[in-house]
Amino acid sequence: MSILSLRNVVKQYHNHRAVDGVSFDIPDGSIFGLLGPNGAGKTSLIRIITTITGADSGEVFFDGEKINANSSQKIGYMPEERGLYKTMKVGEQLLYLAQLRGMTEKEAKDSIRYWLEKFNNTGWWDKKIEELSKGMQQKIQFIATVMHKPKLLILDEPFTGLDPLNTNLIKEEIHAMNSEGTSIVFSTHRMEQVEEICKDIVLINQGKKVIEGKVDEIKETYKDNLYRIEFDGSFPQDLNSSSFTIKSDTDKDVIIQVAPGHDSNELLSALIQKGIRIKSFTEVLPTLNEIFIKQVEN
Amino acid sequence: MSKLGLIVRREYLTRVKKKSFLLATFLTPLAFGLIVFLSGYFASQMGNTEQKVLVVDDNNILKNYPLESKGKTFEYTAVDVADAKKTYIDDGYDMILHIPTFEDLSQSKFNIDYYAKEKQGIASLEGMESIVSKSLRSYKLEQSDIDKEQYDKLKTNVILENALLNSNDESIEGDRSSKFSSGIASGLSYVMGFLMYMVIFIFGGLVMRSVMEEKLNRIVEVIVSTVKPFQLMLGKLLGVGAVGLTQLLIWLILIPIIAVIATTILGVDASTSMGGVDAEQAAELMKTMEEEQGFSIQSIIAEVQSLNWLLILPAFLIYFVGGYFIYSSMFAAIGSSISDDMGEAQQLMLPLSIPVIIALIMIPAVIGNPNGPLAIFGSMFPLLSPILMPARLPFDPPIWQVLISIVILVLSVIFFVWLAGRIYRVGIFMRGKKITFKELAKWLRYNY
Repeated sequence: MSILSLRNVVKQYHNHRAVDGVSFDIPDGSIFGLLGPNGAGKTSLIRIITTITGADSGEVFFDGEKINANSSQKIGYMPEERGLYKTMKVGEQLLYLAQLRGMTEKEAKDSIRYWLEKFNNTGWWDKKIEELSKGMQQKIQFIATVMHKPKLLILDEPFTGLDPLNTNLIKEEIHAMNSEGTSIVFSTHRMEQVEEICKDIVLINQGKKVIEGKVDEIKETYKDNLYRIEFDGSFPQDLNSSSFTIKSDTDKDVIIQVAPGHDSNELLSALIQKGIRIKSFTEVLPTLNEIFIKQVEN
Repeated sequence: MSKLGLIVRREYLTRVKKKSFLLATFLTPLAFGLIVFLSGYFASQMGNTEQKVLVVDDNNILKNYPLESKGKTFEYTAVDVADAKKTYIDDGYDMILHIPTFEDLSQSKFNIDYYAKEKQGIASLEGMESIVSKSLRSYKLEQSDIDKEQYDKLKTNVILENALLNSNDESIEGDRSSKFSSGIASGLSYVMGFLMYMVIFIFGGLVMRSVMEEKLNRIVEVIVSTVKPFQLMLGKLLGVGAVGLTQLLIWLILIPIIAVIATTILGVDASTSMGGVDAEQAAELMKTMEEEQGFSIQSIIAEVQSLNWLLILPAFLIYFVGGYFIYSSMFAAIGSSISDDMGEAQQLMLPLSIPVIIALIMIPAVIGNPNGPLAIFGSMFPLLSPILMPARLPFDPPIWQVLISIVILVLSVIFFVWLAGRIYRVGIFMRGKKITFKELAKWLRYNY
């Protein structure tokens, strides 16, 4: 079951195609990475998902139905460039945004109190945004995004500008919400950030989908059969054969590529036969960044 | 509450609750009252200065035809003017009035001169001229063979009155206003025209800054993920417009109250104190005007009451709202298209202020000929009509013209708000691009 499905979505701006026939699915309850370099079309995609703009063609399904004006009430969206009304009071502002998302005044007040308490900020209700520190404003921004209990939470570059404390706090909250069933989308160009958090990703470049799937499977698919071996003593230089290639070596370790049709056990036994004293033997998987660069270069 | 309602409420409440709004709303009528009070006060102070005048009359006639004026005492001396001007200040006089010897006292033009301790106001000097003229005239009259009674009979005043003014016969068609009503109507036209001008720039500017603020601090993106950009823009226009109406209504109620209070405290009539004359002089002036021209305070009040308020007030409100919507929707469009600096805003605002300024310049022409072709065109064309139709209203324009103009206005409001919406929805997402009108025209065709 997917919380969100895109089918062949196209978005043409004046003289460039921002989104070019993109299709992917976001599994319900997942933490999903929407990846791509700057200008790849991530923000255009998010604007279509959040119903800020419509797609020129293609279809978007949210929670089982075609996306419509009411969908936004079940979506929480934190844009890359944050902003709040500077001279409005915290309570009034959150109340206003919550009501725009379809909550009643009472529901909204209860939810805002719950979140302010959670962040130990009950005294902030009557404070103006401009009176708060940057870190405090970021917490308010987060509350504004999640207070209506969205089914889908979209965070565009969520950790830029966050201090380490807030980064951890928000990571924790995101995991807590996810374990209660909220699906999360991270949109970022910093791929190393999401490798540890996201299980599923889609990678887009120049408006087109490049890779989609589970992070583990993608790495498995795009790996180069590299193994790192740490050793004591010296390493024989005559290992190179049709089966194994030394990619790099130092005094302490080497990285060896195993040719297709051979496996790690063959490498291990070959090494043992050569009398090398192995300290560790690990598979080297490519990072998403490396996979992405490789794909784009192809 | 609907989303549009929520937006309108926020736009309205955040402004009305601001201290600056309360200050502007309540201090403006107070400032108006203070101006009335002060001008009345200063005028009465000016009239109260007593002046002692030493009259050196080389012809020795004025003694028998004494000069008379309120606030001035005249003393006559036979001393030579050369001696008098050395000592008059020490003797406690403010001024010497010197009438040199005239060969022929029957001549019509007399040049006399004065020495004064301080610079004299033009009103004081002109007053002095008429006082001396009066005395010399009396002298000349006695010297001539003209009988005083016959002379008085020569005084002639023609008063031109509208025959329909007091006629109750409704079957006769035509204008029924007196000539004073034109003056009063002109005053009202200017007031309403300038009010519209202020509304357009003050509230249009407010809308523009507010759109810019939302765009620049990025909150617009959060809001438009729940409402359509057009709803947000419309909500802003409605909310700020409601603020403007609130302020206008408070002023309409407060200004007359404060004017009444200011005048009663001081005992000066607000309308006469403006002219820089004190109450007694004003009353005298009124009396002479009434005698000579059939003009009185009562007639002014009657004229003001006879204006077609049932047309003027509702129509003015319609043009107030219509003019506000046309211009502030354009201000909203400009605000949405600006990246960050106010300089850019001013460049784009310039073409917008041109029709407003043209309308202002046209007011005198429209008042001069309120049913002429220029007035009719100006009060129909939607960029001018919010200023020029209110200027025509006190002159009883044909009702069908008012109705057509309102229909054009309403259609234009819809068109301009639509147009602004097309620009706005693109503009709020544009970053770091220098905006030209060509660019804006392109946005109209964009598919969002």
